[in-house]
Amino acid sequence: MELPQTLSMSAVSSTLGIFERKKKRDVHLGDRIFFWVLRLLAIGVMLLLLGITLNLLRVSFPIFSKFGLSYFVTNTWNPVTEKFGAGAFIYGTVVSSLIALVISVPISIGVSVFLTELAPRRLAEAVGFLVEMLAAIPSVVYGLWGIFVLAPWLRTTLQPALASTFGFLPLFQGPPYGIGMLTAGIILAIMISPTISAICREVFKAISLQQREAALALGATRWETISLAVLKSSASGIFGAVILGLGRALGETMAVTMVIGNRADISASLFAPGQTMASVIANEYAEATSDMHLAALSAVGLALFLVSFLINSSARFLVWRATRKSKGARA
Amino acid sequence: MNEDLSLRDFRRKLINWAMGAVLALAAALVLIPLLSVFAYVVKQGISSVNWNFFTQLPKPVGETGGGMANALLGTIELVLLAMLVGVPWGVATGVYLAEYGRGKFARALGFCVDLMTSVPSIVVGLFTYTILVMPFKRFSAMAGGASLAIIMIPIVARTTEELLKLVPNHIREAGLALGIPRWKVTLWIVLRGSMSGIITGVMLAVARVAGETAPLLFTAFNNSYWSFKLDQPIASLPIQIYNYAISPFEDWHRQAWAGALVLVCFVLVLNLSTRILMRQPRSTR
Repeated sequence: MELPQTLSMSAVSSTLGIFERKKKRDVHLGDRIFFWVLRLLAIGVMLLLLGITLNLLRVSFPIFSKFGLSYFVTNTWNPVTEKFGAGAFIYGTVVSSLIALVISVPISIGVSVFLTELAPRRLAEAVGFLVEMLAAIPSVVYGLWGIFVLAPWLRTTLQPALASTFGFLPLFQGPPYGIGMLTAGIILAIMISPTISAICREVFKAISLQQREAALALGATRWETISLAVLKSSASGIFGAVILGLGRALGETMAVTMVIGNRADISASLFAPGQTMASVIANEYAEATSDMHLAALSAVGLALFLVSFLINSSARFLVWRATRKSKGARA
Repeated sequence: MNEDLSLRDFRRKLINWAMGAVLALAAALVLIPLLSVFAYVVKQGISSVNWNFFTQLPKPVGETGGGMANALLGTIELVLLAMLVGVPWGVATGVYLAEYGRGKFARALGFCVDLMTSVPSIVVGLFTYTILVMPFKRFSAMAGGASLAIIMIPIVARTTEELLKLVPNHIREAGLALGIPRWKVTLWIVLRGSMSGIITGVMLAVARVAGETAPLLFTAFNNSYWSFKLDQPIASLPIQIYNYAISPFEDWHRQAWAGALVLVCFVLVLNLSTRILMRQPRSTR
């Protein structure tokens, strides 16, 4: 697939090379205009990203000049007295995303293994389609469902059960509100599993058939083949998929805002309400009137942007390496 | 010794069987929330999706009835605004990546496009707030549309790029050999040939942004009336669902479910039809 394309690419580039050299003498003004229009629009895309960074920096500047970087580790939030510290939101984002990963990672890997290795083709296609639909449902609909279906179920069924079995842990103590960190984590788990499983499937598909056949030929069972030939050799790709899922969980806003309870507190219990970086912006930005309050929220947004930038670029690198390496091995 | 072996084989088979069951269970488990969301959205929403829902303005607190007509129209307006900017810009970026996609600049551009797909949508909202709401001191449809456009651009760009890369080079060469300038080859042969695919990509991008709520919260804001002005706040379906869902009123909850049903149907229809569109050319090829 790769090879013929590069060959013909070089063929066309040499053709175009001649063409372009000729262009400089002739009047192919249209080509130049076309190229520069495209290039300007492309530069515009890059400027958008730069603009996001610079604008958020500009707007959040007052908060950094007043509180410095300690803004991100202190935990006070009082818009009236203009005392700000984003610690609770960072805690909320980290905890809710971790809950999401703990639930979603094993299930997503399981689904993608089932779909690529075990399920008959028809079934795999149908289930794969449904999992994709999971990603297509708008966040606000998940939030609505979370408020009226998931939260009541947690309050009456899951949380009491957790409290009576694992109640000795501080994680599962306190009154079961239904709304809170755990609910947000579960909703996030649902929302990131299509992302993780889609990438896992790509990674698994990139592993050559021979590797599986080799394991089977040595007498391995299906499961042994999966664990030896598939899972072990795609560890870094799976890791990349998990990190991409994490990136999605961090930035997810609406569903979380609707079920997390929105209280800027750090509490050991997962049943307690909390607040994430994204949810505090969603909740307060439109009503924020003082410059300091806007700055505080923008600083949270800036941090969110930079963290998701770091996470996504590293994850993409991992996935790219995992899918490229095995393709090379196949050819 | 022999018994030992058969015992071990039995254990291996048992593990094999058990793990297969666990994996199948994982697949079943992941579908439960999907089915539950569908079931509840249909069950709770269907009774309230009626003529009033599509034709009436929302009623003030305390009065029952009313609809989401302005929010529906608002979403359509916002999506059209977003398409007006996002589609040409996204397609142009995709064409650049596919046709001039060698060299450092193009690689940097591809990286930027990838990163843009992963910017949290609430951050996009913050950005448009700083450039389109702050200076004018007013929430506006323009700002809302711009947020959605920024979300659309990378999606459209990537689809366009992938489609154009599928166009065999001999088609470009044939055009060039006829003496057609390159820009005409790109526009009238390469791009035109991939038109149906690009439209599919645009539809997917529309399905994605139509349900976006976070970037509209403080850009388009909300409006209880009809709105056709670019510099005025405008209602939209997702925002209306959100406001109604977190309100304490039964009647608003009912309408939120109805709104969710309409939104989910819209998104699903777009997704399904793109799937059918995408499948057809492949089966005839």
